[in-house]
Amino acid sequence: MIHPPRGANSAPSQRPLADTRAPDEGDGVDTSPSVSDSIAKTTCYMCACRCGIDVHIKDGKVRYINGNKDHPVNRGVICGKGSSGIMQHYSPARLKKPLLRTGPRGSGEFREIEWEEAFSIATERLSTIRRTDPKKLAFFTGRDQSQSLTGWWASQFGTPNFAAHGGFCSVNMAAGGLYTIGGSFWEFGEPDWDNTRYFMLFGVAEDHDSNPIKIGLGKLKARGAKVVSINPCRTGYNAIADDWIGIRPGTDGLFVFALIHELLKAGRVDLDYLLRYTNAHVLVVQEPGASDDGLFVRDADGNPLAWDRVAKTSVNAADPKAKPALTGSFAVGGRRCTPVFQMIADRYLDDSYAPDAVAERCGIAADTIRRIAAELAHVAFEQTIELPIAWTDWAGRRHETIKGRPVSMHAMRGISAHSNGFHTCRAIHLLQVLLGTVDVPGGFRFKPPYPRSAPPGPKPAGKSVRPMTPLDGMPLGFVCGPDDLLVDEAGRPTRIDKAYSWDAPLAAHGLMHTVIRNAWAGDPYPIDTLMMYMSNMAWNSSMNTVETIAMLTDSDEAGNYKIPFIIYSDAYYSETVPFADLVLPDTTYLERHDCISLLDRPISHADGPGDAIRHPVVEPDRDVRPFQSVLIELGARLGLPGFVDENGSAKYADYADYIVNHERTPGIGPLAGWRGKDGTSIGNGEANPDQLQRYIDNGGFWHHDFAQDQRYYKMANRSYLDFAVQMGFIPKAEPIVFQLYSEPLQRFRLAARGHGRVLPPEGERQRIETYMDPLPFWYMPFEEAVVDLEKYPLHALTQRPMHMYHSWGSQNAWLRQITSQNRLFVHHRAGAGLGLVDDDWVWIESINGRVKGQIKLVDGVNESTVWTWNAIGKRRGSWGLKDDAAESNRGFLLNHIIGDQTSADAQGKRYSNSDPVTGQAAWFDLRVRVVKCRAEEAGFTEPQFERFQQPPHFEPSPDILRFGAEFRMNREAAE
Amino acid sequence: MHPAFSVVFFTTATGAGYGLLALLGIFGGFQIIPADFWLGIVGLGLALGLIAAGLLSSTGHLGRPERAWRAFSQWRSSWLSREGVASVITFIPAGLFGIGWLFFGRTGGWVAIAGFLAAIGAVVTVCTTGMIYASLKPIAQWHSRYTLPAYLIFATMTGSVLLNALLQSFGVASIAVLALSLLITLLGWGWKLATWRHNDRLEIPTTANTATGLAGGTVRSLEWPHTEENYLLKEMGFRIARKHSAKLRRITQALAFWLPMLLLVAVFSVPYPFAAVLSALAAIAQFAGMLVERWLFFAEAKHTVTLYYGR
Amino acid sequence: MTCLPAHPDKKLGLVIDLDTCVGCQACVTACKEWNTGGHMAPLTDIDPYGGHVDGVWFNRVHSYEHTTEMGGRTVNFPRSCLHCETPACVTVCPTGASYKRASDGIVLVDEDKCIGCKLCSWACPYGAREFDSDVGVMKKCTLCVDRIYNDNLAEEDRVPACVAACPTSARHFGDLGDPQSAVSQLVAERGGVDLMPELGYHPTNKYLPPRAHTQRAASVPAKALEPVRAEGGFLGWVDRMLSN
Repeated sequence: MIHPPRGANSAPSQRPLADTRAPDEGDGVDTSPSVSDSIAKTTCYMCACRCGIDVHIKDGKVRYINGNKDHPVNRGVICGKGSSGIMQHYSPARLKKPLLRTGPRGSGEFREIEWEEAFSIATERLSTIRRTDPKKLAFFTGRDQSQSLTGWWASQFGTPNFAAHGGFCSVNMAAGGLYTIGGSFWEFGEPDWDNTRYFMLFGVAEDHDSNPIKIGLGKLKARGAKVVSINPCRTGYNAIADDWIGIRPGTDGLFVFALIHELLKAGRVDLDYLLRYTNAHVLVVQEPGASDDGLFVRDADGNPLAWDRVAKTSVNAADPKAKPALTGSFAVGGRRCTPVFQMIADRYLDDSYAPDAVAERCGIAADTIRRIAAELAHVAFEQTIELPIAWTDWAGRRHETIKGRPVSMHAMRGISAHSNGFHTCRAIHLLQVLLGTVDVPGGFRFKPPYPRSAPPGPKPAGKSVRPMTPLDGMPLGFVCGPDDLLVDEAGRPTRIDKAYSWDAPLAAHGLMHTVIRNAWAGDPYPIDTLMMYMSNMAWNSSMNTVETIAMLTDSDEAGNYKIPFIIYSDAYYSETVPFADLVLPDTTYLERHDCISLLDRPISHADGPGDAIRHPVVEPDRDVRPFQSVLIELGARLGLPGFVDENGSAKYADYADYIVNHERTPGIGPLAGWRGKDGTSIGNGEANPDQLQRYIDNGGFWHHDFAQDQRYYKMANRSYLDFAVQMGFIPKAEPIVFQLYSEPLQRFRLAARGHGRVLPPEGERQRIETYMDPLPFWYMPFEEAVVDLEKYPLHALTQRPMHMYHSWGSQNAWLRQITSQNRLFVHHRAGAGLGLVDDDWVWIESINGRVKGQIKLVDGVNESTVWTWNAIGKRRGSWGLKDDAAESNRGFLLNHIIGDQTSADAQGKRYSNSDPVTGQAAWFDLRVRVVKCRAEEAGFTEPQFERFQQPPHFEPSPDILRFGAEFRMNREAAE
Repeated sequence: MHPAFSVVFFTTATGAGYGLLALLGIFGGFQIIPADFWLGIVGLGLALGLIAAGLLSSTGHLGRPERAWRAFSQWRSSWLSREGVASVITFIPAGLFGIGWLFFGRTGGWVAIAGFLAAIGAVVTVCTTGMIYASLKPIAQWHSRYTLPAYLIFATMTGSVLLNALLQSFGVASIAVLALSLLITLLGWGWKLATWRHNDRLEIPTTANTATGLAGGTVRSLEWPHTEENYLLKEMGFRIARKHSAKLRRITQALAFWLPMLLLVAVFSVPYPFAAVLSALAAIAQFAGMLVERWLFFAEAKHTVTLYYGR
Repeated sequence: MTCLPAHPDKKLGLVIDLDTCVGCQACVTACKEWNTGGHMAPLTDIDPYGGHVDGVWFNRVHSYEHTTEMGGRTVNFPRSCLHCETPACVTVCPTGASYKRASDGIVLVDEDKCIGCKLCSWACPYGAREFDSDVGVMKKCTLCVDRIYNDNLAEEDRVPACVAACPTSARHFGDLGDPQSAVSQLVAERGGVDLMPELGYHPTNKYLPPRAHTQRAASVPAKALEPVRAEGGFLGWVDRMLSN
């Protein structure tokens, strides 16, 4: 081949035949059928991964979809969902026209209305709210990939009540990472797949960055690098681990601390790395009772200080010439203080973190923990790699090579979905940093625009909410102390979801999972309209589904719904649509514009930033509109600043227009590529009217490759930092210091001790004191800590199957064939103890209720854990499924028995069932018991719900699907 | 294997039909039975009727029966194709034999030769049918030395019991035929018992380990590739409970062997028309029993694809 | 013609790496998607939205738990036509609809000749063939015969859809009859195996066994960690290190 092979699957054993001319077989097979009339390159939306796809159009229909070989995310591969996009697009569950509710909420009785009527209903309602009390609009979006638009819209409307679904998905990982290293696992960083020699994977991770991780795992396997998985379930990625550690759920933090304990004890930590890139040497005030106890010792300019062990004096911790001490106790300006590292050593060298002390709780043999620690140390310190590339650090020091420690880690939902997830996530980052493996060759690498300062700059807006007035910033941001909270004088939350309140101070993604309950209860206040997008809150996106449904339909004495008005946009007839008063039907991803923006969730990889677009590749055959364009029109009709020009007329025709012409700050818009009138700038520049075409011409995306010397040590790499400033990623080319010890958390602790201007109410102080620990620690997940463990002896977990993660799989004729019923997986020995055999029907009972399903006995699961595939169970009448579909008869939804609130504390207060630091929904804290059901109860799931009526003009789903027959017919007819 | 009625009936009916045809050809050709017109028309009519009904029924198993003619083309490699060819070719001597017997009222001379040829055709056809099953390596219960003889024995058995019933009914009973039918039913019973014994002790080298290439230890199915039953499971994943199977084996033995043998023994000692009635009953019972036997032949056969599904 | 070619010019087939397959179903739906509009179109789905959904697929992924004395492992196992060297599915076919190509060894069904007798599916020990009850004919993996030679595709795309899709690079394609080919080398290096070799079908496709708990497993020659020696324990060590 003349050109080097492109794409991920280009090994010699994956290439075409050397001679691809068809042999003369004489069997009449058409080996060169015409494939497509045109190929449109756009971005997939079957999940959150944002892969590049080539959509092949034949005879006006989508013939097939494959991966874009040039795309930085998927490099030509495509997942099980991506190839099934056709069935999503041609789904019989697709909405057809705007709907207005006619029957009772939840019945599914609607009438079709025109868009004009839909707009005028929404505009009238929302403009009243905006004129009177903007916070009475709660706007929450689900798997929204346009949060820089939706959040900005909320901000211009003037409501602080905005978030997407990150609060019940990823915020522990985001906050845990951003407050520690200024970046996070999730999809904002990645292992150095090409160089790592030892990869540790914590918990369910199939949810985000799925094709990049799979491509990476393939590379590790091809090289024979070691893969260690720490997961109660041995499925998916864990199946291919060389070493599977079947940990007990919620104890990952303990396990990590035991590794840290072993590494510290053996002196196997990278002191040089700690001194250069972290706050390990920063001095911390040690004066219990003082108002600055636990804060950094700073100089007059506010710079944190360190102790110079040679000069025997305090110095600016950032001084590159200093020789800082890492241990000891010092007096600076008359104050007792110690370096952060001393505190780390004191805490984690304690015997309570020794392998023997944690082994039983983790369900991992102490010897195994010691072995893993030894392996980590061996690879990090004996298999060091050096890339022969010179680079210059922030202080101007030139390094002739790039040194790396080839240990990398990844963690996601398995860590995130516990009430101790924030601290556990921080613990894993601490382990990485101690080994010196963050943004080094072979380690974990940031994807631009990360790293940012830990935490990043913008604070959440919403301190002042006034009629007809935009917020003074975006609704979501990062608090640095109690002063940044969104609470009133009495310490009560001012956001409907109680984000950034004492309940969840670091709620960087909001708490979408609390909105329905809070709005229903009028706590902290009643709202008027709940507007939602693309999130199935009346089913699998809510905890405690049964009560959630009741709240959505509950009314006051006067017969008015407690949540007065619900606007919902979705492309499909999901379980949530019937609960809306006004339904705005969305298009599919093949019919609209989108931008995958650096302002939001870009498609960067560690070697360079990138962003992408979607553009319509087929025309809608029905009266539906892309939600983002609808939102822009609604903004214009409401006259929101930024959405109208000086004359009050619409500033943007639609989303495409907005993508090209909107500027968040001068020169910075949704897309970074081909900016400037002539399209020659990147990152910063005037709007380019041809920008979208340039993206389309380039395959639907823009990507910039870093120079070789910019690719590692980005937190302190001068060349990279300068580039990041130019791109607007960071305000100043200053090093990003990893915050092993988190001062913002300590500020909350001090408030709990009565120091500062904004103080927690008396009843909250103990909770704040406990959980806002500036160093990561482990505590028992909340539900485990309160339930009777004899009565509920098992952990219960859910995960989506890889072929459905973050996808709307059950109306997909192909994907649902693979999984249309979920089983409860039970360990053989646990099953034997309960007298269970394969296929038995059981009640799965928690303190919150019970649900019925069928079991499958397995070996590859932690013995005290049961688990199932999530969101397979569906409600009858939804998703275009027939009444006999397995999903609504045999599939079950574990959400029914996951509480949305904690048990009442001593004061009788019930918090959201969430992490106390970030408000992350604690899906995985669930404890259950499993009881074999009576013979007459077997064979069908419970609880059952009333069947939804079908919307007007909804044809019954077909009995037979011959997709593709027409392509062949046309092909043969043409011959 | 899924016991589709069309195939169960097909093999049972054609077996009986070819058995009867062969015996008519041989006994007729050797003039052991009289060239009686009515015996000829009923006997050959029954034999060819069973064959035709069976073949017709087998097309019910086809996805595209209108293309059935194509099945004659691959006789060089395919037992099914050979069966098709043999079954059709057999109609030629069988037809000539019938013409001789019915129109010329004779079964000697060239008619006898036609009869012998028809008998050879019948035997060949039954062999090809047996070989269709015996050649299938993925089904150990079929891919055994018991299968081909079974098809021959059962064809002869059902044919002879039918022939005996005919001869008894026409008052031209032959002790030789009666004795043959009794003896061969006994042989059939013995063969079936031996087959079952063999199958029950079968140690199949193909296991979930070899099916997946995963050496050593145990291989257990965790999840199927699909939730609902697909073609493979519907066609080849049929399972029968041990208890159910044992009961059906008893019914098979009672109907196909014990009852016919009892009735045939009784025939030795009772006069016409009771002998005719008992002989007919024996034939009917045996045919019903053989349908059950053939149903079990499928139901108890385990295809290797089930290993992939942990069945 | 159902007689087998004596010496196919090539033995095209797949190599599937069970050590790497995570069971993501990418190959499964990529195959469905290509082929439902391809040579054997359509891959009909009966009752696609109901309780007895049953579609035609050429590639299916099972999962197993393999437990030996050395330990347990979950194994994701893609199953499709192995394009055997001596495929009984071909020789049993009464009509000549099933055949093995002499040029490349691909086993195909000529739909126009198929009478839907299903005997080929009985003869295949691997469950590679699926009957399309709507059309009344047997369907099966074509090894993407309409991709690998397709002039209408870019040359680099002329590989089976499953191989192009696989996100973990667990699938490989090539001429297994040529011992020098990259796939043959891979099979040799990784100890690739045949499925059900005892039946004598001589499958062309090979499977690379999982490496965990075997001699081939990735391992780290780490010595047990020892606490730092001498005065001051760990903190003393830190001080000494910094002083160096």
